Amino acid sequence: MCLAVPGRVTDVAEVDGTLMADVDFGGVHKQVCLQYVPDAAVGEYVVVHVGFAIQRLDERSARDTLANFERLGLLEEEFGDGLTQAARQAGTTQGAQR
Amino acid sequence: MKYLDEFSDPDLARRLLDQIHAATTRPWAMMEVCGGQTHSIIRHGIDQLLPEGVEMIHGPGCPVCVTPLEVIDKALAIAARPGVIFCSFGDMLRVPGSGQDLFGVKSAGGDVRVVYSPLDALKLAREHPDREVVFFGIGFETTAPANAMTVYQARRLGTGNFSLLVSHVLVPPAIAAIMESPRCRVQAFLAAGHVCSVMGTAEYPPLASRYRVPIVVTGFEPLDILEGIRRTVLQLEAGRYEVENAYPRAVRDEGNVPAREMLLDVFEVTDRTWRGIGEIPRSGWRLSDRYAEFDAERRFAVTGIHTGESPLCRSGEVLRGLIKPHECAAFGKRCTPRNPLGATMVSAEGACAAYHAYRRLELADAR
Ligand code: SF4
Repeated sequence: MCLAVPGRVTDVAEVDGTLMADVDFGGVHKQVCLQYVPDAAVGEYVVVHVGFAIQRLDERSARDTLANFERLGLLEEEFGDGLTQAARQAGTTQGAQR
Repeated sequence: MKYLDEFSDPDLARRLLDQIHAATTRPWAMMEVCGGQTHSIIRHGIDQLLPEGVEMIHGPGCPVCVTPLEVIDKALAIAARPGVIFCSFGDMLRVPGSGQDLFGVKSAGGDVRVVYSPLDALKLAREHPDREVVFFGIGFETTAPANAMTVYQARRLGTGNFSLLVSHVLVPPAIAAIMESPRCRVQAFLAAGHVCSVMGTAEYPPLASRYRVPIVVTGFEPLDILEGIRRTVLQLEAGRYEVENAYPRAVRDEGNVPAREMLLDVFEVTDRTWRGIGEIPRSGWRLSDRYAEFDAERRFAVTGIHTGESPLCRSGEVLRGLIKPHECAAFGKRCTPRNPLGATMVSAEGACAAYHAYRRLELADAR
């Protein structure tokens, strides 16, 4: 859960009075709260932790980091289904169904 | 060197390592505070590439591992209540409480859900007004702004069926506690980059000068860590003890100002017990009085908790850097990621789990 992943802002909109962005993490898209980096514009890169942008990042290092995470399988870990992963780790599928 | 070709830029890694080797004239012990860094160091064998005598001590930087047993037991009790939807990050599910873990509560019929973000839990609360939705808000300063914003939104939107079980921990008081402990061998710190992305660097110069230790703000990727170690060794060899930022692409001195303002509004500093370590004064955050109604501990007065750790587990010594995981007799035998006896074996960021994932075979060979 400590991972913070860089991603590219592809859309910005206000939802229920909160600034939200659609962020592209090397192909995986997530809705991310932009309240802490409110001036991040479409096309810019931000560092995202548990659904919140916490800093901006320049494009080059963002891309490097993403490529790295992809190679190490960390994107899967971060954005995959947490319950399935916990079940896999426990060596059981029991309890993984909702 | 066996792992070097796994670095994204092996040439740069080679150069950084050459500089570290050239600069080192004697043994040094430095601590990485963040569990993400611990994971990266063990996974890439960075500690084994360093000069003989330069030791990485793995600090208490995995929030999953240091969340106190009593809070885990409270989480288990709340999650088991009918009508509750208990939401958590995935790696908390298998953390052993005194009896079972959240996964066990779920198997027994509790509504335990893994979410990516605390905002997902708030969304669930709004979709299920007839249920009580509780989010397990743990973590360091990196995660706290997310939880703070979520509670702020819950209050703003009037989502009365949402609450937060809060157990936040803070890095600077932990550094002070480590330096004050009598058996401390730490001579320098790699500070956690993303904690500083939020909080900035201003808390560290007083620590560096009081304890005469270099503190180098460091990122998480293997090359970032090598650069952090390089700068640390240069300071140690020169007898300097300064705060340096080796991760400027994601850390500004002032941190994230809107996030810090939100943290000040939603949380207040409190004494906090760290699992395996004990109480550290003023080392955590709890909800401030303004947000008391969203505090799950108040909403669900859980009483009658009697905590009990596994008597075999030595994770307290692991977390304080006094032993390495494989020095625990249960490591890889009675205690494995499938059947963890202590929290440090659960999370990928826990030192025991990292050693088990990447070092077990080597350690067995060496025995
Ligand atoms: S190996 Fe298991 S029992 Fe030993 S210290 Fe680590 S978590 Fe505790």
